[in-house]
Amino acid sequence: MRTNRLTKQRIKEFLKEGKRFDGRELDEFREIYIETGVSKKAEGSARVRLGKTEVIVGVKMNIGEPYPDSPDEGNMMVTAELTPMSSNRFESGPPRIEAIELARVIDRGIRESKVIDFKKLCIKKGEKVWTIFIDIYSINDDGNLLDAAGFGALAALKNAKIPKYDDKEEKVLYGEWTNKNIPLNFIPLSCTIHKIDNQFIVDPNKEEEDASEARITIAISGDGTIHAMQKGNSKELKIEEFNEILDLAEKNYKKLFPKIEKFLK
Amino acid sequence: MVKEFKRPDGRKVDEIREMKAKVGVVPNADGSAMFQFGETIAIAAVYGPKEMHPQHEQDPEKGVLRCTYNMMSFSVADRIRPGPSRRSQEISKITEWALSPVVMLENFPNTVVDVHIYILQANASTRCAGINAAAMALAHAGVPMKDLVTSVSIGKLNKTLVVDLNKDEEDWEEGEGATDIPITMTSTGEKITHIQLDGKISVKQLKESIELARKASKKIYEVQKSALKNSMEEEQ
Repeated sequence: MRTNRLTKQRIKEFLKEGKRFDGRELDEFREIYIETGVSKKAEGSARVRLGKTEVIVGVKMNIGEPYPDSPDEGNMMVTAELTPMSSNRFESGPPRIEAIELARVIDRGIRESKVIDFKKLCIKKGEKVWTIFIDIYSINDDGNLLDAAGFGALAALKNAKIPKYDDKEEKVLYGEWTNKNIPLNFIPLSCTIHKIDNQFIVDPNKEEEDASEARITIAISGDGTIHAMQKGNSKELKIEEFNEILDLAEKNYKKLFPKIEKFLK
Repeated sequence: MVKEFKRPDGRKVDEIREMKAKVGVVPNADGSAMFQFGETIAIAAVYGPKEMHPQHEQDPEKGVLRCTYNMMSFSVADRIRPGPSRRSQEISKITEWALSPVVMLENFPNTVVDVHIYILQANASTRCAGINAAAMALAHAGVPMKDLVTSVSIGKLNKTLVVDLNKDEEDWEEGEGATDIPITMTSTGEKITHIQLDGKISVKQLKESIELARKASKKIYEVQKSALKNSMEEEQ
């Protein structure tokens, strides 16, 4: 069910006083829970819960040809299914724009921050490289699937072991793994900040997400470098507001990182 | 002396893999459940009864049960492309037929009850796990039902009948190879709501298979029932 106008108004009235329906601070995430290795046929997998929001992310690997412009680098593909299981707003069928945007934002957050060392995923230059598939499934949508999916993608990558590969037969020996992890450089985090009536909040639940006027997803790393951004939703942002969001994003990283890192084992 | 038959994972011929079940795994849904046979894990979520769209699929005499079954792309060794396939669409239909006899939608004309099933991890018998989860999710949603259904695969490995096939057994090649018979029954094991078969088997052994399924059915029912009961107690 869509959030009605009255509820949205109340959300705004609350935010004016710095309050949210569930008692959280404006920059406070719901409880974050991550479990890795939830799907054992995958090279890596993770279940992420942000409050009642839940996603499952799996990583599979295969051998493919490199792209002509990066002959010595592995490939990556991110897909997302916003399943009809996770909300009555989603329907079966080919991915719609929400799912496509989500997958692309997650893809860029990982790709642009160069978290994966793609050069180490080259088997034979110009001919054979590993392709990493990151597939995201929503299990329950109570807002902020974007950040949940981002954390899940990282956790699943971190959890993954590279499968064994038979060089002579030129095939992947699925179900047998090396003890090698996917080479990761560092941990960037994608965090989305929403603007509702001149206030900024993180980790909106579904009602708050419906009331959101503008959002910015920022992939940022520990040294404060920004690697990817996406502005969404239909209202504009003033320059001062944008600057404020950037400062918030840096603060967020510092608060979030320890909460996420403890699960990334 | 006939050498005793050894299953690859050491189970007795009539032994089901460890079963786990839980309801309420998808808070947004009207009902939901997880069902697990060993390493095979299915999640099901139910939405409805709700108005049927598209309208031309409405039935003015009763509600419609609509199932979708999908495997997560990483649930099997060789990644499958996300989205429906010919196989998943057939299993979706089979699942609908397996559940329809126990679901009472006469009082809900023009509505649909959607059942969405996802396989999180696959080690054979995924349709059976999916049907077991779906039956629980429907009950959890409070959809009127005459009974639960229970689903299990019976296999014939060479000449021996076994209960609840895993992947190694499904790929059995020795002797007469593997025959795979997924069967869905009402909880008392009196009625068959779904049966499929691939392989070769005599009428006599097929009849024996049904008896094995009946016995397995009772055990599965207990697991489903206790998960549903537990959830009721938690809610109180």
